[in-house]
Amino acid sequence: MSLPPESDFFGRILFLLQSYGGSYLRGAWVTMVIALISTFIGCVIGFAAGILQTIPADRRRAPARFWLLRAVRLLLDVYVEVFRGTPMMVQAMFIFYGAASLFGINMDMWTAALLIVSVNTGAYMAETVRGGILSIDPGQTEGAKALGMTHFQTMTSVVLPQALRNILPQIGNNLIINIKDTCVLSVIGVVELFSAAKGVAGVYYTFFESFAITMVIYFVLTFACSRLLRLWEKRLDGPENYDLVLADGLVQGEGMYRYPKNPAQPNADLRARQLWDAQEGLRDGKSNGAQSERGRGE
Amino acid sequence: MSEPIIEVRHLSKRFGRNEVLRDLDFSVLPGEVISIIGASGSGKSTLLRCINLLEEPTGGSILFHGQEVTAPGTDPCALRARVGMVFQGFNLFNNMTVLENCVAGQRKVLRRSREEARANAMAHLEKVGMASYINAKPRQLSGGQKQRVAIARALAMDPEVLLFDEPTSALDPQMVGEVLEVMRQLAAEGLTMLVVTHEMAFARDVSSRVVYMADGVICEQGAPAQLFGAPQNPRTREFLSRFNSR
Repeated sequence: MSLPPESDFFGRILFLLQSYGGSYLRGAWVTMVIALISTFIGCVIGFAAGILQTIPADRRRAPARFWLLRAVRLLLDVYVEVFRGTPMMVQAMFIFYGAASLFGINMDMWTAALLIVSVNTGAYMAETVRGGILSIDPGQTEGAKALGMTHFQTMTSVVLPQALRNILPQIGNNLIINIKDTCVLSVIGVVELFSAAKGVAGVYYTFFESFAITMVIYFVLTFACSRLLRLWEKRLDGPENYDLVLADGLVQGEGMYRYPKNPAQPNADLRARQLWDAQEGLRDGKSNGAQSERGRGE
Repeated sequence: MSEPIIEVRHLSKRFGRNEVLRDLDFSVLPGEVISIIGASGSGKSTLLRCINLLEEPTGGSILFHGQEVTAPGTDPCALRARVGMVFQGFNLFNNMTVLENCVAGQRKVLRRSREEARANAMAHLEKVGMASYINAKPRQLSGGQKQRVAIARALAMDPEVLLFDEPTSALDPQMVGEVLEVMRQLAAEGLTMLVVTHEMAFARDVSSRVVYMADGVICEQGAPAQLFGAPQNPRTREFLSRFNSR
């Protein structure tokens, strides 16, 4: 197989796609797998760090915990500063060759790639999550604490879901950065999209054509991801409106009941409501029962 | 005489150099409805927040059913699960619907089953007139509605005492009415309540005891008729004169 003679730019691109399309696709696949998994692991690291950073410990009430947390936070700070403060390409070399020469561990391509990108993303996410937690009104934490929730429960059911919504744009940023930055892993022999494109380009010296294809693939990947994340954000926001659940069809829009409405049967409305619920399974969704009302915005 | 639910002994709290509570003694008996009144900055809210340990006292002790909860090693969560709190700023969970707000604490803290938690939440939402709004998110509700949901959320935990930290201060006059109405009902049902408030009419008409605080100490306390009718302390008299002349 050889380059068709006297072909123009598009002709050469077509030729590359026909003969090496598989290489590009495999490269793109490796890139996406590394980027998606490492962004996910990075987020988990970030959230764990965020929870650790915000655990309250009173010096007087629980001195042991206080000092333990101090130590953990110091370690976290070191981790964040080191991995944010050095290039990922250098980290890749350092970890990959360091593991081999110090501990005799020969990491395979996947382990090395996932480890390096995850740890790197985690360092950024730790700070992002911390910022996300700080952005949530302290009243939310107090509300949860006042119910008797532990710090972990407060975080997982109240604060982090809200923080996640706020930092989703930043998670998207990280994913897109990771899709692009996996190309530095070619230095440790990971055959992702960039490395695949370089290989193809070298065969016929069609650098311009090969990297034109690569540009398009990278852009399609990142653009698709950013749109999908937007959709996810919209879904997290939930519907603008809510359905008013009426126990009694005659009191439409009635919000304020005086309690007890009927002293003889204080729970009459509750019973009606339970009956309603029992029937709900038989009807399809909210066809005739729940009245829709425009939410009262503030 | 029954045993006090809460006993506060020589409580003091300072923020840096600012001493907010000074050697304060105070106790709450079952079934009492206590209104705490006083000027802003007198330490009313801080006292309330110390009682469920949202603020760590800097001195003295707090006893719940005779157990010291301020001792090192005690778990504040266990106390807070039995002492409810309603905030000035509602503090409803923004990521949850009205119903989820009332269910979350029961499920996570009291480990109740889904059905039990839901039924209990519905009963209390019914009580405060918010049962039809179970699918709404807090941001879609008015202030008065939010506060009523917050009361239902606290009640759903079946607390022994309910603390109210200026529950109507962020509301317009009409909404104040609907929230006070709910609180009146609760008082009539015999719930033990501790209410920091600027609603003097509520303090006078609903509570069984009124506490007047100034500069981090309790200046005067007594039955509403006595405190409002014939205040002994000149500071109480001065504070109430503004209210009585209205």
